[in-house]
Amino acid sequence: MSHLRRPAPKELQPVSFAFTPENLDKAKKIIAKYPEGRQQSAVMPLLDLAQRQTEGNWVPTVAMDYLADMLEMPAIRVYEVATFYTMYNLAPVGKNFIQVCTTTPCWLRGSADVVDTCKKELGIGVGETTQDGQFTMIEVECLGACVNAPMMQINDDYYEDLTADTTKAILDALKKGEKPKVGPQSGRKGCEPLDGPKVLKAFCGCGAAPQDADASKGDA
Amino acid sequence: MQAKGTPDMLQDKDRIFTNLYGFQDFGLKGAQSRGNWDGTKGLIEKGRDWIIDEMKSSGMRGRGGAGFPTGLKWSFMPKESDGRPSYLVVNADEGEPGTCKDREIMRNDPHTLIEGCLLASFAMNAHAAYIYIRGEFYHEASNLQLAIDQAYEAGLVGKNACGSGWDFDIYLHLGAGAYICGEETALIESLEGKKGQPRLKPPFPANSGLYGCPTTVNNVESIAAVPTILRRGGSWFSSFGRENNHGTKLFAISGHVEKPCTVEEAMSIPLRELIEKHCGGVRGGWDNLLAVIPGGSSVPLMPKDVCDDVLMDFDGLREVGSGLGTAAVIVMDKSTDIVYAIARLSEFYKHESCGQCTPCREGTGWMMRMMTRMVRGEATLDEIDLLWDVTKQVEGHTICALGDAAAWPIQGLIRHFRPEMERRIKEYRARIAA
Repeated sequence: MSHLRRPAPKELQPVSFAFTPENLDKAKKIIAKYPEGRQQSAVMPLLDLAQRQTEGNWVPTVAMDYLADMLEMPAIRVYEVATFYTMYNLAPVGKNFIQVCTTTPCWLRGSADVVDTCKKELGIGVGETTQDGQFTMIEVECLGACVNAPMMQINDDYYEDLTADTTKAILDALKKGEKPKVGPQSGRKGCEPLDGPKVLKAFCGCGAAPQDADASKGDA
Repeated sequence: MQAKGTPDMLQDKDRIFTNLYGFQDFGLKGAQSRGNWDGTKGLIEKGRDWIIDEMKSSGMRGRGGAGFPTGLKWSFMPKESDGRPSYLVVNADEGEPGTCKDREIMRNDPHTLIEGCLLASFAMNAHAAYIYIRGEFYHEASNLQLAIDQAYEAGLVGKNACGSGWDFDIYLHLGAGAYICGEETALIESLEGKKGQPRLKPPFPANSGLYGCPTTVNNVESIAAVPTILRRGGSWFSSFGRENNHGTKLFAISGHVEKPCTVEEAMSIPLRELIEKHCGGVRGGWDNLLAVIPGGSSVPLMPKDVCDDVLMDFDGLREVGSGLGTAAVIVMDKSTDIVYAIARLSEFYKHESCGQCTPCREGTGWMMRMMTRMVRGEATLDEIDLLWDVTKQVEGHTICALGDAAAWPIQGLIRHFRPEMERRIKEYRARIAA
């Protein structure tokens, strides 16, 4: 994994940063969540906001400086936070930022196939970006969707219950500029068993369960 | 093969999280139709001591992994303010490999959590609660924020929450990808806008936590269960599970089962029953089972013969040298490269070590590199003992439990699968000798 937690080289760094008026408004609301004088607490949500505003989905050093001023904290404290937490990209990434979970629960269910499919279909290695800037792929640690393993996150969305085929289908759709269906690709809704809920059926409207709605005859 | 004392399957009427699978509206209307926010004002009017006593009598032990009694934890908070405010902080930084239960609460049943925050905060004399949710849970956070907004609009939280006279604010705070922030003091540091590096204890958060104020950090599942426990009584909750291990519990079963799922069951359910009733059994049948990690990646694995009749609760799993942790059950069948499965966890801990304590920062690297060689057998036999020794040098020598968590999976592997490790080493040595 080549995911160094260091700022991007100078030639990539823009010379200025400021929140858009809409984001400035959002920033004020975020800061107001914390007690008077504790505005430093807002540094993480504001780094996220800055990343979302920046072309290439990353946090340039000037944005960190800008936040240091806004929150009246030393710039080094912002750098520390930005480099400590892995969700802040310190260099531009592709339009579709693919994070494949490869921690043990996903690996047991075939995350290696997902990584291999991404490599093959996109022609890039782990930590690389396609020439056209459309895709970046990295491996990440557990994303907390283990009963829907294997899974990957693309930007804000989880794609779960993946196989090599469904991974390819998702990438194909994204290449065409389409938005694939988010969530489990296996037909189930969430974390219930694949053939439909075994419990809480009255709360799941039997019709809504895929396949047989009578799977747990004899349940207490 | 069934363990004795097997309880019947938990009935739906005794399930707390009835929209676990998200087939119903997660919003306020749906929540109210499921009984949330029913008579909340009345619960508050019964008073602080009543709430804490009910929680104590429920026998609830914290659902985040450590299993500390929830009511007792709350009772450590100061009864009267010395001028400083008190805070409730909810740990929604779900990141322990194997664990995906709080996610389901937050996206499908968020009002259970919000109502729980109000009741718990009132009991601890806190006017504000922060929910620290992992940043990757974007959609979960959206649902939760929407539910919070609804609760404000309906007057359920905010000034004079539920008409109780109690003012209560609730805020969502997103993390940004650091497993260590699941440790309560690292979480507090992070919430203060710093690197998530754990603090030395004491002082404990109940004395000096968020912004130096009295703070209690509780797991999502613990807090979200509170309204139902208070409505139905501590004795209802304690009627499930064995002595000292009471209640219902969300189990997330992943890995090599036919149908992985998350399900709420009674504590102390036999592992085998959990897997066979809810997940369609181990892939290829029970006899194809190799090992189970029963409580998230941090607890030692159990080989099949232990799995045959172990009960899924704090004490049952501790007795067999493992732990309930977050009740994230990772199942591995005989096709599993067990050494790699654990080596991958060593990589995880190496990646997630915050770097503050030397034994952990350096030790996780050593352990990962040795484990990587063990996968290929590229080692000498006495290095197994050396690896064991390294785990013992890390365990117990760090500020927080991440060092222990990195050590235990390897210790479990050596304890139960040493012959497999030796076989690989012998084969490798034979190969290079040839």
